[in-house]
Amino acid sequence: MQLVHDVLAQPFIEFGFMRRALVACLALSISAGPIGVFLVLRRMSLMGDAMSHAILPGAAIGFLVAGLSLWAMSLGGLVVALVVALSAGAMSRVTPLKEDAALAGFFLISLALGVLLVSVKGSSVDLLHILFGTLLAVSDSALLLIAGASTVTVVALALVYRTLILECFDPGFLRAVGGRGGLAHATFLALVVLNMVAAMQALGTLMAIGLMMLPATSARLWTISIGRMVGLAVLLAMLSSVAGLIVSYHVNLPSGPSVILAAGCVYLVSLAVGSNGGLLRRYIRRPHLEH
Amino acid sequence: MGGGLVGSPVEAAPLRAAPHDHRAPATPQLVRSAEVLRLEDVTIAYDRHPVVHHISGAFQARSLTALVGPNGAGKSTLLKAIAGLLPVTAGEIRFGIDRRAIGYLPQVVDVDRSFPLRVVDVVDFGHWRKIGALHRLAREDRAASVAAVAAVGLAGLEHQPIGKLSVGQFQRVLFARLMVQEAALILLDEPFNAIDQKTTADLMDVVRGWQAEGRTVIAALHDLEQVKRDFPDALLMARELVAWGPARQTLSDENLARARALAGGWSDPAAAICAR
Repeated sequence: MQLVHDVLAQPFIEFGFMRRALVACLALSISAGPIGVFLVLRRMSLMGDAMSHAILPGAAIGFLVAGLSLWAMSLGGLVVALVVALSAGAMSRVTPLKEDAALAGFFLISLALGVLLVSVKGSSVDLLHILFGTLLAVSDSALLLIAGASTVTVVALALVYRTLILECFDPGFLRAVGGRGGLAHATFLALVVLNMVAAMQALGTLMAIGLMMLPATSARLWTISIGRMVGLAVLLAMLSSVAGLIVSYHVNLPSGPSVILAAGCVYLVSLAVGSNGGLLRRYIRRPHLEH
Repeated sequence: MGGGLVGSPVEAAPLRAAPHDHRAPATPQLVRSAEVLRLEDVTIAYDRHPVVHHISGAFQARSLTALVGPNGAGKSTLLKAIAGLLPVTAGEIRFGIDRRAIGYLPQVVDVDRSFPLRVVDVVDFGHWRKIGALHRLAREDRAASVAAVAAVGLAGLEHQPIGKLSVGQFQRVLFARLMVQEAALILLDEPFNAIDQKTTADLMDVVRGWQAEGRTVIAALHDLEQVKRDFPDALLMARELVAWGPARQTLSDENLARARALAGGWSDPAAAICAR
């Protein structure tokens, strides 16, 4: 019992920065889980990744203007990433380009511009912080930003939930019955960006995608109900957060990557034994039924 | 249409003076609703090339019309325009019904069949006009969905994931979704493509049921035998209107030959501006 306490609770009781990291991760899990589910359902799994790059030039501009200020960098990242995401969405609707191609074009420009801007004034260490975060140094304002983004996300997703599902499943039908598919899609893109910006200081823009995608992809391998996928994704994200933080503390590893790797382990296990399409099911031959 | 005039005081007086006359002209409202849909010299073009060219005519309430013509004749385009998904280039489509009361089943329903939804979830989307993005699905709406699933011959499969259905079964699900939409006008674009005979026969029963309930159905079809057998009316088009009326007369050899001949002249890229 003492051992369990020492391993699981001690780090959080003893160190404030561990508690902050935990709160940040749990709050992010609540919103990143459902966002990830919709990214999976919309087949946009890799687009989140692309979008995370689009935050970089904005954050860099904020950094150039105000130095290492969370608010300036977040605001810059938010604005630029939103512009990139929404214009890619718009381009895919008015030109023959598909959304992934449109987005790829914009995000490549953003990435190059971002690296350029950061290197003009900052160092590669600053760049690493933006991309990969500093989970054990989460400030008060970063916690507030995360909590706020998480709250906004949950409420906004509830409002566009049904529209988003139908927009993913049968956009033509949604249009025919007069649903606001474009609005729901734009809202969703904005939420993706918001969550990545919120996660910037804690996990970094690149790692934040991990907390979105890995639990959601894992959940897809366990259930075929969208509601349950959302719940399971949140649960798995939280579980990975706790496990990652504890392991990183005891083995003295960087915490952000540990959290994402914990989520990665959950994903690999789900791939192997998931009840809805896991590999094991595929290779275990069971006798076929009469009908 | 001289619509409002009948209701004006000048014309209303003689009507009141002859109350015994039961054959008094119907009010414009009734005339309009007996005609669900009127095409007035409708032209629809893609990039200036007309695919539906100067078509006029009307669909009566409770009619069951097959839309027939060669590939590229503009059948799908016309249905899309009626459904409000394409703008009309010239002319006008007039409705005798609320435009929101149109149910439309496209030729290719571009859905991800591995999407994590159950049969009844898909049918529930048919209630969209009623519940929109935010309202709760009422118990009777769900009951209507389950009843529709049974009506298309899938009783007991409500909770089946759609990924496990055959093509024919999925088409039945889409018909069930149309059913709960309670549409006054139903547009079907090639609904029986790649569908076996039994399913076609069952779904045709569903269509006849709709007609009996007072709905109007327009279906684009290729199987001429089926049209002659199952559809009272037919509209034969080859971008232009070739014939429109009772199915057997419309699909005469002569008319069909004319449609084929018209279809032969579409490949010329250098067309002059239409003078009509």
